[in-house]
Amino acid sequence: MIEIEDVTKVYHMGSSEVHALRGVSLDVNKSDYLAIVGPSGSGKSTLMNIIGCLDTPTSGTYRLDGQTVSSLGDDALASIRNRKIGFVFQTFNLLPRQTALENVALPLLYAGIGRRERRRLANEALERVELGDRAQHKPTELSGGQRQRVAIARALVNQPSILLADEPTGNLDQKVGGEIINLFERLNRSEGVTLVLVTHDHQIASAAHRQVEIIDGRIVSDRSR
Amino acid sequence: MDWIEITTVAVDSIRANKLRSFLTTLGVVIGVCSVILLVSIGEGMRAYLTDIFAGMGSNLLFVVPGKRDTKGGGRALNTVRRLTLDDARAIRQRSQSVVGLASRVVGGGTVEHESLSRDTLVMGTDEEFLEVHNMRLASGRFFRREDVEGKHRMVVIGQTVADELFGSHSPLGQSVKVSSARFRVVGLMESKGQSLGFDYDDMVFIPVSCALDLFHQEGLSAISAKAANQTNLEPAIEDIKRILTRRHNGREDFTVVSQADMLDTVNKLTHTMTLVLLGIASISLLVGGIGIMNIMLVSVRERTREIGVRKAVGARRRDILFQFLMESVAISMLGGAIGLGLGTLVAHAISSIEPDIPTRVTLWAVSLAFGFSFAVGVFFGVAPARKAAALDPIAALRYE
Repeated sequence: MIEIEDVTKVYHMGSSEVHALRGVSLDVNKSDYLAIVGPSGSGKSTLMNIIGCLDTPTSGTYRLDGQTVSSLGDDALASIRNRKIGFVFQTFNLLPRQTALENVALPLLYAGIGRRERRRLANEALERVELGDRAQHKPTELSGGQRQRVAIARALVNQPSILLADEPTGNLDQKVGGEIINLFERLNRSEGVTLVLVTHDHQIASAAHRQVEIIDGRIVSDRSR
Repeated sequence: MDWIEITTVAVDSIRANKLRSFLTTLGVVIGVCSVILLVSIGEGMRAYLTDIFAGMGSNLLFVVPGKRDTKGGGRALNTVRRLTLDDARAIRQRSQSVVGLASRVVGGGTVEHESLSRDTLVMGTDEEFLEVHNMRLASGRFFRREDVEGKHRMVVIGQTVADELFGSHSPLGQSVKVSSARFRVVGLMESKGQSLGFDYDDMVFIPVSCALDLFHQEGLSAISAKAANQTNLEPAIEDIKRILTRRHNGREDFTVVSQADMLDTVNKLTHTMTLVLLGIASISLLVGGIGIMNIMLVSVRERTREIGVRKAVGARRRDILFQFLMESVAISMLGGAIGLGLGTLVAHAISSIEPDIPTRVTLWAVSLAFGFSFAVGVFFGVAPARKAAALDPIAALRYE
């Protein structure tokens, strides 16, 4: 599903070059539950941005569902993010003025799906994260754990190939964070959702079935459980 | 693209910052308000004057003493030959195209009846006045040719004068003093109201021969001439010029004004006024537009993260572009709507306080206002919207 081959990423900071990724190869299969771990500055965020089609590699190729995406333009990448990728962020990133339902329906809007169908699908996604009764609440009226579940519903609503989570428990206390990890586990096991989790927390990473450790722009270990 | 959703988001965003949005619209409000005002006053004026001219009887010409030449050049006042009753008589006799003619002498005078008196306008004229000026009597009769020629002291009074001096009694047959000379009331004018600064109701009419004596004048203030129809206007002007020039020793020391000329002058005047006010309106729309641009740039900055999220979940450049463009257009159109309401209100207020300044809010003015505010919204919204659309999603998501 994800085929990454010898990908590098170089940032230009003024006159100096920063090598964020120095040749990374990684395959992820359907229904995998993968954690990418590493200290901050290791390049894991860069790798996640490339997997999430928010960024393109300097060299190397990235194929997603057989389609080479490493050389696509902005709007083509936007379309792939819309159809194939669901993002879950550390800070939830919900739109504050919109209700949970409207937040969840956002990707469907850009997929060009009609109003009524958007509502139906968004409601369904909220049911999947057990928040069907909070559809009309604004983010400020929800707890941290509920907000992250709304964000997960938003990530799931388009039936994406991959759910990409960047430090999803970073802003939550341990108990609520545990519930989110359980939700991921359930989505992966019973619905076959492909999960890529980026974290610096080894304890959270240990819940994944496969751990890839990245240090200084290179993959240093790749273990399956 | 879902335009309902885009509009909803824009309206939500405006409502979330009510005060800010309102202040931002002010420039456009003032601009559109002045556009509406100037157009409605201009249109009202034009309609009002056209009405008056129609009411006076179309195909009317005015002959006034003195040459008014648009080419400039001075003239000595004392070289002007007066217009006389004989001039009027000559036109009446010799011109085929002039079908009606009224000599006019106007002066101020006091009209007295018993203990009551009123300062009013005294118009000396002759028997064809009513017909030429499209006016009618309410009761009694107007003076006839023999009254004019015989200098019979009879007066026809306007409604206001009648109300003031006679109250509910009939003025017909009563004796009044006009500038200390005794006159008998023979007729009462039908109410006509004000037009062009003349209050036809607050006026009395006496034979022109009496008026010349009364005011110690030898010349007429003006001669009104009526042509049979529109096509006879030009021949009538030619006739009058030819006849009077010959009588005035070959000099054209008088001016023939047609209603078309007067309407032209008024139109030029309102046109100039419209241009000046349009200038003011464009400046305030420009300032308003800059205000909108400014606030949209702030809005893009504030909502950088939102833009990042939208892009992450699949918004393309044009989705973001149209979203922000819609917002600036919505703010601008809101300003346009407020300005339209305010302008209409002020226009009506002006009309009701000062009936001499008529206003008329036309469909043209309304579409002009909305067209302007739409254009301002698009023009000044494009730069911020493009900036938003071009944001890098990664940087936008990281923005604090």
